Amino acid sequence: MSTKRQLINEQGIRTDGRGVDDLRPIKITLGYLTHANGSVLYEQGKNKILAAVFGPSEVHPKHTELPDRAILRVRYRMAPFSTEERKSPAPTRREIELSMVIRNALESVVLTELFPRTVIDIFVEVLQADAGTRVAGVTAAALALADAGIPMRGITAGCAVGKVDGKIVCDLNDIEDKEGEADMPVAYIPTLNKISLLQMDGLMTQEEFKQALSKAINSAMKVYQLQVNALKTKYIKREEVKK
Amino acid sequence: MSITREKPVVSKILQKEMLELLSNGVRIDKRKLDEYRKISYQTGIIEKADGSALLSLGETMVLVGVKVELGQPFGDTPDQGVLVVNAELLPLASQTFEPGPPDERAIALARYVDRSIRESNMVDLKSLVIVPGKVCYVVYVDVYVLDYGGNLIDASVLAAAKALENTKIRKYKVDENGKLTETENVENLKLNDFPISVTFGIINNKYFVDPNLEEEQTCDTFLTFTYTQTGNICAVMKNEQGLISPAQVIEMMELGWKKAKEISSLMLGGQKGNDQENIGNAGS
Repeated sequence: MSTKRQLINEQGIRTDGRGVDDLRPIKITLGYLTHANGSVLYEQGKNKILAAVFGPSEVHPKHTELPDRAILRVRYRMAPFSTEERKSPAPTRREIELSMVIRNALESVVLTELFPRTVIDIFVEVLQADAGTRVAGVTAAALALADAGIPMRGITAGCAVGKVDGKIVCDLNDIEDKEGEADMPVAYIPTLNKISLLQMDGLMTQEEFKQALSKAINSAMKVYQLQVNALKTKYIKREEVKK
Repeated sequence: MSITREKPVVSKILQKEMLELLSNGVRIDKRKLDEYRKISYQTGIIEKADGSALLSLGETMVLVGVKVELGQPFGDTPDQGVLVVNAELLPLASQTFEPGPPDERAIALARYVDRSIRESNMVDLKSLVIVPGKVCYVVYVDVYVLDYGGNLIDASVLAAAKALENTKIRKYKVDENGKLTETENVENLKLNDFPISVTFGIINNKYFVDPNLEEEQTCDTFLTFTYTQTGNICAVMKNEQGLISPAQVIEMMELGWKKAKEISSLMLGGQKGNDQENIGNAGS
């Protein structure tokens, strides 16, 4: 299309100055909230995502509890002011699907069998959205769960990859997400070498899909390093206070 | 809020047998790991709909009805018609489906069918515009799950695609004042592709295509790929909890394309034309 603007220039530089494999700057603020058992403010480029965890606690209503494990309740929601155009506060079909997709990703890693007949509530509130919010949401939720001290099989790191101007690109921003050819969110647990979330929409050849998957894993590894650093830093600070 | 559901109880004996058989490359219903159940379909069976298809995949049965109405293009796509996909898990299809508005499973199913159709460019949305920015056709695709025997995604994507292929739209004339008048002309929807989805069930790191109900209740997780006719991938979705290794994702993608070609020749094999009914059969 002639009207389409160029998103990657001849030097391989993207609209926001990044190379194709570069992630946006990530900032992790653990324990952002005082009342939740675990919380984090996760910023990735213009994404600002607040995740909080409560529990394990008693289940209400009682009939939803399970005798052999904790249940997870996940709410993913975008604030009305988080997008260019105001989003209605009513839950959209997208938010309902993403709540489920995030829950499915986390169920595979949280050791729910240690807390039968309880509930772990996970809230993911997107305060500002700039593409890749579901994987940023999973990344943030994993940090909040760790911050709450909930045992997990590993830390989940998420990153989206996609196809922009015919190239496979890591961590799409808003323009690339809207005008690019494909978007593929992936959540990965590096310590297990397993994928817990995988979606794709757009058009890719099978070769491009292979490339995209390996780039997604590389990107998730970078996110994982930042997660581990943030958790270690907070943990070490606590130890020092105790002394 | 998305809440953990209780997994349906599958007897331990059945689970054990299933796993033992799988380790020998056989399945509980004697299929091979890469074998689909029988697929058959009828089109045009709902006369009042503009297009319809009833598709069965083993014990799973899905009816898709298409209605086409006039409406307005979205502000950001004034040169495109509108496609709306909805899915209902009817309570008569399974005891686990409850009456009421679509739950997260139904929404996820509808959104996956939508992605498969939209991203494959199956329906030529540009051809659905009558007056740019003002009037266009709105194509409503309603997926009705009638009988739940496992693998709803593949059955729904194929049924929806078949129903769209069967859809007729009435042509309109636009005069110089922008006034619309209905004509006697009826045409097929303009289609560019025919998406084929292939779903894998995964248990204990073993994967197989087209899980039936019992397998679905035992599976750790599911992975679905939708392919275009040229072998591009237009949608992917991992469903349910459970983990998959990256290497297996790629293996499944490759095997999936092999299966998609087989399903495609069956889905597109029926005679073309304006027959009231096209019946296709294949599999076992």
